[in-house]
Amino acid sequence: MQKFISSLRVGWLLGVRQIQHSNIWVTVLIIVIMVLTFLSNILISGILVGLIEGGNQANRSQYTGDVFITELPDESYIENTSEILTTLDRLEDVESYTARYVAGATIEANYKTRRNFNTLPNSVGSQLAGINPITEDTVTGLSSSVIEGSYLDETQSGYILIGSTLLERYSAFSDQFEPLREIYPGDRVKLSVSGAVQNSFESPDALGGLSTTGSRVDEFIVKGIVDSKVSEVSIRAFMTESDFRRLTGKTNLLASEIAINVVDSKTDEEFKSVLLKNGFERYAKIRTATEAIPKFLDDIRQTFNILGFLIGIIVSAVGAITIFIIIYINAVVHRKQIGILKGIGIRRNAIIYSYVIQAVVYAVVGVGIALLLVYFVFVPLVAQNPIDFPFSDGIIAADAELVTGRIIIVAVTSLIAGFLPAWLIAKRNTLDSILGR
Amino acid sequence: MKNIIEAKNITKTYTNGDVVTHVLRGLDLAIKEGEWVAIMGKSGAGKSTFLYQMSLLDTPTTGSVIVEGKDILEFSDTRRTDFRLTELGYVFQDYALVRELSAIENVMIPILMKGTSREEAREISKESLSRIGLGDRLHNLPSQLSGGEQQRVSIARAVAQNPKILFADEPTANLDSITSESIIDVFKEIHESGQTIVMVTHEKEYTKYCDRIVYLEDGKIVSEEVLKK
Repeated sequence: MQKFISSLRVGWLLGVRQIQHSNIWVTVLIIVIMVLTFLSNILISGILVGLIEGGNQANRSQYTGDVFITELPDESYIENTSEILTTLDRLEDVESYTARYVAGATIEANYKTRRNFNTLPNSVGSQLAGINPITEDTVTGLSSSVIEGSYLDETQSGYILIGSTLLERYSAFSDQFEPLREIYPGDRVKLSVSGAVQNSFESPDALGGLSTTGSRVDEFIVKGIVDSKVSEVSIRAFMTESDFRRLTGKTNLLASEIAINVVDSKTDEEFKSVLLKNGFERYAKIRTATEAIPKFLDDIRQTFNILGFLIGIIVSAVGAITIFIIIYINAVVHRKQIGILKGIGIRRNAIIYSYVIQAVVYAVVGVGIALLLVYFVFVPLVAQNPIDFPFSDGIIAADAELVTGRIIIVAVTSLIAGFLPAWLIAKRNTLDSILGR
Repeated sequence: MKNIIEAKNITKTYTNGDVVTHVLRGLDLAIKEGEWVAIMGKSGAGKSTFLYQMSLLDTPTTGSVIVEGKDILEFSDTRRTDFRLTELGYVFQDYALVRELSAIENVMIPILMKGTSREEAREISKESLSRIGLGDRLHNLPSQLSGGEQQRVSIARAVAQNPKILFADEPTANLDSITSESIIDVFKEIHESGQTIVMVTHEKEYTKYCDRIVYLEDGKIVSEEVLKK
């Protein structure tokens, strides 16, 4: 142990002095290489994962909340909704929640100007969500997604918000289905809700407006257009809960979705377990926001993670090889000196440590600068100006786990890159090194 | 006085393909404690090679080197390194200082390696440098010192912890005559304090303070001369 400590002390002195007296531009170059190596390591996988993570975060903030309750697989609504809502009202960990009532609907536009009844009407199938505009806005900030017109007012009746995907001028999928043409705030659309769609409809023919096909039909004024990269938001139409009940003939309080935001002091998992303890899983599917991520997004995330990791390994290898070459050249230049040090009794380990310490110092400084750049420049910059991706606003996902993993990779590769060349040179015959032969 | 080091039947042969070169051909030499021995000879006589074998910097093809009854050539690599650190001192022709370390740090390095505390190593180094007249150059880098001063630092490093034997390989070869004289004076002073010295040189005038001169020719000891003081 004593020998190890004295070797380390001598190695430290030699390593630090070599750095201090090395060419400043070479030192800067090495550190820049380390910074770029680490930045590529973090940013490539960070952006890849961040594209999906941005989508996940949007899904959480605009659709599911922290914990998402939906109907059981074979049901069309959440049984005992009122019991769940009453419980949510009394739980202190609930910051806010909103219940949605969802039904399948067809929206028809331009029916007043339709001249030829032999052609198909300008209609689109969609999901219609009945919401409380205030609680919905509190939980998901839906009003901020309104890009044309204005948000719903719970005191007004006969208005809807239409998701941008349903409109021709916004839809990226207009080649795959026939979206609504020329619809602007103030225009009227006809909504029909199939009586068979929702089992929750009580007495489907109790209210007027029943069409010949068994659907309920009514006319609504488009109050606003909603645009979001969360497809569940942009592909829906929204109306007030009371209009939804009127249109669907639904008189019970059985919701299809409940999005809950939890206070910061509670994790999603902890709150989910509270709901499970209340036995709500018998009536509904309870998921955290992470669990509610669409499976394809999770699959992409995992694939990107692996891809990022592999790219990280390659980038680290390139960085390590560069460090190896620089340390090797440095050790070759100091070969005679290494021989002399060995000659006067300096242990080989101390000499190797001196080069490993140099590599570690370069790595620590490079990683430190790169971390500052990541957390104080790139992450905030991309957060303010997200990468515009079709299904998400991409951010840089530089979570502690990812960064720690990358630091370990860079640290290990740097250690190897410092150790190997020094070991190769230091193991040479002492006299040969001294005499330079 | 008892022998401090004995070289017995030392041979050194280099083989390069079919070419075999016998550099040392069975050398025997015993050096007494406190003795200052000069090894002289023409270029290619094998002076430095002989010094390297005795000082554990190289391994002879055959033979043994006995220090205090032990054949030090049988030591493992690690033990050899430790032996060089604790028992031997070296002064090289080209000073062999670490160019990134100051004078005092160059002297401190082997002392630190022995496990001595930094403060104590600093004190010992300071004292050693002051002893040879470099007390005011402690923090100068080798590049800021003259050749003579660098060689003094090298000597200070070698003797700082009182090695059993001090080996010097042509310590004045890179210096002018005046500086060389001063370096020999330093050796004289060290020798007078009881230090055993084995020095390779090709300048007869620098052997004037030695106890004995060993002459090598073609890898063999051809004569010895005991100097009267």
